[in-house]
Amino acid sequence: MINTQANIRVLIAKAGLDGHDRGAKVVARALRDAGMEVIYTGLRQTPEMITEAALQEDVQVVGLSILSGAHMTLVPKVLKLLREQGMNNVRLFLGGIIPDDDKPELTKLGVDGIYGPGTSTQLIIEDIRKACQ
Amino acid sequence: MPVTQTQAILNGERLALTRILSQIENNTPEGNQILEELFPHTGNAHLIGITGAPGTGKSTLVNHLAFQYRHPPEGNHPPTVAVVAIDPSSPFSGGALLGDRVRMQDLVGDSGVFVRSMASRGSLGGLASTTAGLVQVFDAAGFEIILIETVGAGQAEVDIARLAHTTVVVEAPGLGDEIQTIKAGILEIADILVVNKGDKPGADNAIRALRNMLSLSQPEKHTVMHHGDLMELEGIPKENQPTDQLWVPPILTTIATTGEGVSSLIEEIASHRQYLMETGEWELREQTRLKNEVDNLLQAALLSRLNSSISPKVYDQVLDQVISRQVSPRRAANELIQGAGL
Repeated sequence: MINTQANIRVLIAKAGLDGHDRGAKVVARALRDAGMEVIYTGLRQTPEMITEAALQEDVQVVGLSILSGAHMTLVPKVLKLLREQGMNNVRLFLGGIIPDDDKPELTKLGVDGIYGPGTSTQLIIEDIRKACQ
Repeated sequence: MPVTQTQAILNGERLALTRILSQIENNTPEGNQILEELFPHTGNAHLIGITGAPGTGKSTLVNHLAFQYRHPPEGNHPPTVAVVAIDPSSPFSGGALLGDRVRMQDLVGDSGVFVRSMASRGSLGGLASTTAGLVQVFDAAGFEIILIETVGAGQAEVDIARLAHTTVVVEAPGLGDEIQTIKAGILEIADILVVNKGDKPGADNAIRALRNMLSLSQPEKHTVMHHGDLMELEGIPKENQPTDQLWVPPILTTIATTGEGVSSLIEEIASHRQYLMETGEWELREQTRLKNEVDNLLQAALLSRLNSSISPKVYDQVLDQVISRQVSPRRAANELIQGAGL
């Protein structure tokens, strides 16, 4: 059957100087199996590259994977650039190694969900679906 | 007066462009309405199809092609480039992993390039059912070169030839012997043949196999080496085509990871365009393309009308009869169509 129904489109990006993409790939695969269209950017993306891809692909969700500790620099930049481009409705989810102390600040900035190691992919799928309703 | 979405796209506004691409992909009434308004502005872009088996290096080649189009030799005009890259949807979940961008990192930050990934969403011909619509939007938005990268194609995914003006078929060493090259299908649609990964062992064999394939169908009188002697062969002219105006697909070698050979590929694409223009073939291809699009939309419309006019209950009943082997699948289909009154 030809499907022209709207699928949730998600950009999964590895930001900054960080080559550990196992987690990003696991999540990308799980979202694919949940019926989403996942655009994977590959490694070492700058905030400019991520937001340009988000615009060109018109995604509803950006999933950032950061294990380098640079999240407090990268996340605000990504959010700022998204807004500058008029992508105000894009939901931002964060995965990787994010210390608890940083979470309130990130949530305040506008991050919709933060997931550390061991998170069930089912939870991420449900949260994304809820956010896209 | 507020700028309409159609006007915004014609003005090249990227946010309006990306939004409308989604609308068309999702087949919404708004999207189709805007496509209607954009259609008169189409017909200017050169549509170039890039197809070939999975893993032959299509995305990497597209990356270098787009990059070199944008960085031409001194003094030349760099055309704007749109890329539509299609990857398969899962037949089970309907989801997709679109990974073509991973190979297209050299195009970042260039406002003259727009890369859009598409999932095939159940289409089987190597494109998605709405690819033609997306290409029209890019065309109307003023992109001069549109590179369409198909799903990794096997032997029968040949829809691209009906959409593109120039079809580039990408091969890689080690994918099969000469018998593969004389089968019907994907090699037949090539306007340009590329053996990528030209630095890998077996590249020479791949080129030789393709060259032999072409010589079997060569339309003019030509000589070949046969057991060390020259032998003259009569050509096999194609129907309705004068032999002095024939396009024989060139065979090129590239190494997409370094960009080697890509400038020759760009030259060949340009000569193919010139050939199409000079022979009137461009017009013919445009006509075929538009006819094909009308046919596709007609089929889709009929199918959706059929689906909505068969009640699920009747469908299940008939299906049960087939499963219990009382009714053959063919008779079941006929009964359902008759019941639907079409």
